[in-house]
Amino acid sequence: MNFHFLFSNIGDLTVTGLSQGAIYALIALGYTLVYGLLKLINFAHSEVFMMGTFGALIAWNLTGLHENDPTPSLPMMVVYLLVGLVGAMVWSGVTALTVEFVAYRPLRRRNAPRLVFLITAIGASVAISEAVGVITSRNQYGMPDLFKTTNLATIGNVHITNVDLGVVVAAVVMMVVLDQFINRTRLGRGIRAVAQDPDTAALMGINKNRVIVLTFALGGVMAGAAALLYNLKIGVTRADIGFLLGIKAFTAAVLGGIGNLRGALLGGLALGLVENYGSALFGTSWRDVVAFVVLVVILMFRPTGLLGESLGKARA
Amino acid sequence: MRALREAEQNVNVRVRRAWLVVPVALSAVVAMSACAEQNGGSSASGKCDSKIAFFGARTGPNANLGINIYNGVKLAVDQYNAKHKDCKVTLESKDSQGDEKQAPGLAQQLVQDQKVVGVVGPAFSGESEAADGIFDQGGLPLISASATNPSLSQKGWKVFHRMLGNDNAQGPAAATYLKDTVKAKKVFVIDDTTAYGKGLSDVVKQSLGSVVAGSDTVQPKQTDFQATVAKVKSSKADAIFYGGYYAEAGPFVKQLRAANVKATFVSDDGVKDEGFVKGAGNAAAEGSVVTCPCIPGDEAKGTFFADYKKAFGKEPGTYGPEAFDSANVFLDGIAAGKTARKDMLSFIDSYDKDGVTKHIKFDKTGEIAKSEIVIWSYKVSGGEIVKDQEIKATS
Repeated sequence: MNFHFLFSNIGDLTVTGLSQGAIYALIALGYTLVYGLLKLINFAHSEVFMMGTFGALIAWNLTGLHENDPTPSLPMMVVYLLVGLVGAMVWSGVTALTVEFVAYRPLRRRNAPRLVFLITAIGASVAISEAVGVITSRNQYGMPDLFKTTNLATIGNVHITNVDLGVVVAAVVMMVVLDQFINRTRLGRGIRAVAQDPDTAALMGINKNRVIVLTFALGGVMAGAAALLYNLKIGVTRADIGFLLGIKAFTAAVLGGIGNLRGALLGGLALGLVENYGSALFGTSWRDVVAFVVLVVILMFRPTGLLGESLGKARA
Repeated sequence: MRALREAEQNVNVRVRRAWLVVPVALSAVVAMSACAEQNGGSSASGKCDSKIAFFGARTGPNANLGINIYNGVKLAVDQYNAKHKDCKVTLESKDSQGDEKQAPGLAQQLVQDQKVVGVVGPAFSGESEAADGIFDQGGLPLISASATNPSLSQKGWKVFHRMLGNDNAQGPAAATYLKDTVKAKKVFVIDDTTAYGKGLSDVVKQSLGSVVAGSDTVQPKQTDFQATVAKVKSSKADAIFYGGYYAEAGPFVKQLRAANVKATFVSDDGVKDEGFVKGAGNAAAEGSVVTCPCIPGDEAKGTFFADYKKAFGKEPGTYGPEAFDSANVFLDGIAAGKTARKDMLSFIDSYDKDGVTKHIKFDKTGEIAKSEIVIWSYKVSGGEIVKDQEIKATS
């Protein structure tokens, strides 16, 4: 065990862990929203994220920005950021809705048992990632550099780069906006109502299907945001990146309490940190072992996750 | 009661037989149609339906390496067929995606097809470990143009051969390069936990000795390398050796350079592909070095370079020349009438002839003769991997 390395680099490990965790958290939102509403684990959500990374790349390519182009000027950079964000969100959102319309809605209409949903979810995930794999010849695609990674501040021996700071801030802002949307708007109230009691909600005049579509769209849009941040941070995408990240994000959702939005943020950040500390302490090959042992231990003491599960009840 | 049971058994047997009949009939139909096709052109001599096979990744994250090999083999077969119009050889292809889990099934398929007399591949070391035992049982000779894990030749597989030096040659050469050319004082060694990457990194570590400043692993399909980058940074290494494939090396180098680590990146033949530069981006990849027991395409003898360029519209990639040589060994065997696997195997074992990459002669374990091993270094310059120098052994 390498305590010396852990403690002498704890600042840097915290910063990079938080930024990785922020991406987990944004993807985890999609799992948590859908689970909170339908008690359905939407395994295809990992592919919704993957499509987002390609969506941003396609949007950039269409607007004339390619890999290895020189970094654009500041105003153009902002434009490209927005273009990438819109591209990623649209692709992710459309994918999420397609999955809902094609894979889930017909089953719901026929009152299929829950196990069937699980299988179609896995099926949809495999189908999308394989289809994209075949179309892209399973190549990896590099992202254009929108800006140079620079060191913004050095506190002690902690380096904070623009990318890490941007990723964390963007993720937290997105979370706050979503949280407020769910808690304060009429549409958000509809989502909470259906999550609490679908039948009563329907009696009160809430269109359940519309709420479900809205929820899938929200999850997709958040995955799109995660995809953009991922592109900026990692800089490479591939048809099979969704799998590993999806599992991590799902873990983050469970860790924080699935169905709980704030839990997703907490769980994501915690998972990012635990992974980084664990790989510093035991070596990178132990990273996943450490992460999942911590998950099991936490669930032993708090079986419903850090903040408990509930989309509807907590702040209804 | 007994009569009833007997009747039942009878039915069972009949049903079972019926099931047997289906595949037999199917394969007969396939065989007949294959015969028809083969015999359509020329009068049947019975020996003119030999196949050689390619085995490796044509799709999958590291597919480019396999595609280069496939192209080399295809060029050899096409040239052979142009010369032997009345007795053509068919090229069979098994796309393993570089995945050791798929390899055994595909190997089995090739073994069962008796017309296949030789296999160029499997391309990667991991899939070789999974598949070569099956080829050995089936007596199907193979020549890998790329699998470099040293242990492959030590498992007693009679059918195993390879057209290039193994990692016991590449590792020390990479270490020599790091010490003599990069003049590194501290080297951080990383491997990707695969049979190939870990095997090679271990050899490099051994050859480097006290120069090793630290080591870490990454996992296949990993994309976030922050923890490893932090380790490299804190080790203050002035060079890195990475044992693995390009799919992970690309994003790793990108994140390494983004974290402002300037250590020279040295890697292996698994990273020697444009996919690496694509993943890392031109700026981050610039100056990276890869070693390879393969020769640059334009160093190949004869007209290979021009022929390849004409056939595929681009310059031969990594292992292209080695694949071409491997295929030609089999084709020479077929031309000499060695269309049974046993004859082919003894033909290869006694092969002693010049190829485009080297003089080809295998030792008892299937390794290429020591004196024929060449290791080259290549460098990323302006977004392309160009030849750097031949690494001459110092010890």
